[in-house]
Amino acid sequence: MRWKNWKLGGMAMGTVAVTAAIAVAIPSAMAQRDPAYEAARAAGQIGEQPDGYLGFVSNPTPAIRDIVKDINIKRKAAYTANAPQGSTVEQFAFATGCNLIAKTKPGEKYKAPDGRWLTRDSGPPVRDSRCP
Amino acid sequence: MTISNKESRRLNFDGRYLATLCAMAGLSACVQIETPDKPIEINLNINIKQEIIYRLDGDAKKLIEQNEDIF
Repeated sequence: MRWKNWKLGGMAMGTVAVTAAIAVAIPSAMAQRDPAYEAARAAGQIGEQPDGYLGFVSNPTPAIRDIVKDINIKRKAAYTANAPQGSTVEQFAFATGCNLIAKTKPGEKYKAPDGRWLTRDSGPPVRDSRCP
Repeated sequence: MTISNKESRRLNFDGRYLATLCAMAGLSACVQIETPDKPIEINLNINIKQEIIYRLDGDAKKLIEQNEDIF
């Protein structure tokens, strides 16, 4: 009787664990970057801008242009839907841009406040003075 | 009703006086508008204040975490 209870408990815990694993796995699989987008970032063809959107460092291929256009539309929608009360979409996008430039990996490109495209190195990036 | 010669003269004087006054008032009340030689510029640059950016930092970080595919 006692053993049976343990077994039942174990099974229930196992089910919970499997469900939790699926719940974690599905959003993270959906939240992955498109490999073509990741590749264009890594190659320095596109980069992060202070305004919170992606920009073209060099003349893009039609495929890369489409990816960036699509992501920027989705970003604008995300900024619009989530901009907190009392702030504008532009301000929220800018605040996100500060973070996105800070998060760039070495080798990736980002736009400095003066408009130049810089390559991220191991040091801190050159960001707008208003960035936290 | 008849107006005597004397009265008529006074009215005449008053009329001229009034006309002069009106003309002077007209001159002094004239609003002179000078047309600008340059087009009027309205600066619509969005002023992004630093304190707002600081306040939005937490929400921005959350947004990036929740939408990794587009950031």
